[in-house]
Amino acid sequence: MTKEECKQVVLDIIADIAPDEDLTNIKPDVRLRDQMELDSMDFLDIVMELRKQHGIEVPEADYPQLASLDSCAEYLTPKFIALGK
Amino acid sequence: MRLCVFALKLRSVFHPLNTSTHYDVAIIGAGMSGLAAGIRLAHFGKKVCIFERHNAVGGLNGFYSLGGRKYDVGLHAMTNFVRPGVKGTPLTKLLRQLRIDRDEFALCEQKQSRVAFGPNGETSLRFTNDFAVFESEVARQFPAQIDGFRALVQVIRTHDEVALDTGYQSAREIVRRHLSDPLLEDMIFCPVMYYGSANEHDMDFSQFVIMFKALFFEGFARPFDGVRVILRVLVDKYRQAGGERRMKCGVARIVAQNGRAATLVLDDGTEVTADHVISSAGAAETQRLIESPITHPQSQITTGHPVGRLSYAETITVLDRQPAALGWGDDTIIFFNDSERFTYARSETQVDTRSGVICFPNNFDYGPDRQLAEGWFRCTCLASHALWADLPEEQYRADKAARYAEIQRSARRFLPPVDDATLTAATVATDMFTPRTITKFTGHLGGAIYGSPQKIRDGRTALSNLYLCGTDQGFLGITGAMLSGISMANLHVLAAK
Ligand SMILES: Cc1cc2nc3c(=O)[nH]c(=O)nc-3n(C[C@H](O)[C@H](O)[C@H](O)COP(=O)(O)OP(=O)(O)OC[C@H]3O[C@@H](n4cnc5c(N)ncnc54)[C@H](O)[C@@H]3O)c2cc1C
Repeated sequence: MTKEECKQVVLDIIADIAPDEDLTNIKPDVRLRDQMELDSMDFLDIVMELRKQHGIEVPEADYPQLASLDSCAEYLTPKFIALGK
Repeated sequence: MRLCVFALKLRSVFHPLNTSTHYDVAIIGAGMSGLAAGIRLAHFGKKVCIFERHNAVGGLNGFYSLGGRKYDVGLHAMTNFVRPGVKGTPLTKLLRQLRIDRDEFALCEQKQSRVAFGPNGETSLRFTNDFAVFESEVARQFPAQIDGFRALVQVIRTHDEVALDTGYQSAREIVRRHLSDPLLEDMIFCPVMYYGSANEHDMDFSQFVIMFKALFFEGFARPFDGVRVILRVLVDKYRQAGGERRMKCGVARIVAQNGRAATLVLDDGTEVTADHVISSAGAAETQRLIESPITHPQSQITTGHPVGRLSYAETITVLDRQPAALGWGDDTIIFFNDSERFTYARSETQVDTRSGVICFPNNFDYGPDRQLAEGWFRCTCLASHALWADLPEEQYRADKAARYAEIQRSARRFLPPVDDATLTAATVATDMFTPRTITKFTGHLGGAIYGSPQKIRDGRTALSNLYLCGTDQGFLGITGAMLSGISMANLHVLAAK
């Protein structure tokens, strides 16, 4: 999996959780929270959908790594690769 | 042989072979909160079963059939309505959390509502789903109070009402810092209390803020087909997510062992076990289910947790024409009070008809060519559970008829006059429920619509794996109950360390 593909995975999850958000112009280097209405319940859901859909575990201490699309890709891509994806 | 097959079939109907006796989570009650908690948990792969004593889902907000007609139990309006695009409010949060597309609820907005005070409703404040209307009404009727009102609104806007750890603050006291006219104060408290206070006379400021936002900043809406639309969506989501549901299957006892809910004993005597148990039955009601109750240092539920003191009676009148055709206009909800002060307290008589709520389900905006087939006129008043609970059946029926007439007479003072003969001729069916009905169908002690005055915000109980959701956790109403189920499932199961 490439970092770009990883960003798409995260975007797909957000689209699923928050279908009322417009995701067309999300800037990868800006905090997701600053670009759309995402609260702590929504972040919990991103983490849980990663586990449910992709078998990826994100410990609570690492939640800050999911702040922006870029940081998600940095953090998650190696995890996907480790799972052979 | 035939008999044998038949018996086998019967067995699989009553004891489906695929139901097992251990669950990740067992939920007590298929009301709004239990269903919402179930959807969250099943969606994330938990093995969940909801146990419901009644044969229908919905609890305090279900529906039933009578004489070939479908009635909603409680629904006046779903509060917290916001239009598409408005984010960060309870409605949008719950839609996201339950993966519900807002079109599935197909909510139709109210037309207009009002608060009418005085022996015949002389002072009236109109409001709609557009807050500016309410504000301009306050400015028009109470010009000397409008600056204070705006300051109060500012405080409400910035208050963090969902913080789980704020202590009790008197809402009356805070409101009085900004408003000096008791009439305006009461006219604001009346709708807020009727739609969401388990406390008499006063309420906690956070709960006041939750309800003020739900009613005035946000607003009222209803699906064309009533509450069953919402319930159908919830039940479908739950089933699709793999959740199990056992109806007519109450939880009779919770067996405690080592500070945990070890076993649930069902009404039919079967036993099931679960890692977590979430109960929407109420605080005192759940406490009573626990065999040999013990107290837990982290729990705020004590033995003898206070049972709610507030209950309602409601009359339902079905008409052969639209309420507007009778001359009743197009108000959706009317909160009324005839006395100098508004009293929100346990009724001293079977019903307290000094104040109440009128609802015309016809007066939502269902679109140009769509209207409910019949007219509906619903009135709610405060009522005393004790004075209804133990009446012999015959007396109960007779009193219902008498109080029905009394409630209707009282409410009609706040509507354009329609003579008795016309109303009688237009009436095709009536029904009425009392505090006794509420206890019978939902198990809530004292017929307490909004449960105990003492809420358990974190849901913790005497047992470490048993949590409350719904009414006694503290988020009230349809929207509140769903959010309660969601937040307790998140806090105690999904995000638990
Ligand atoms: C008359 C009336 C009008 C209302 N009008 C409105 C309105 O217009 N708008 C609005 O937003 N809200 C309204 N409400 C409030 C709203 O209905 C409730 O706040 C909400 O439905 C509460 O949901 P709940 O899940 O907390 O509890 P409940 O609905 O009470 O659910 C609890 C469930 O648990 C079941 N149960 C109890 N004990 C057991 C047991 N031991 N084993 C198994 N099952 C058990 C009960 O049968 C019930 O189904 C109204 C309520 C009433 C009564």
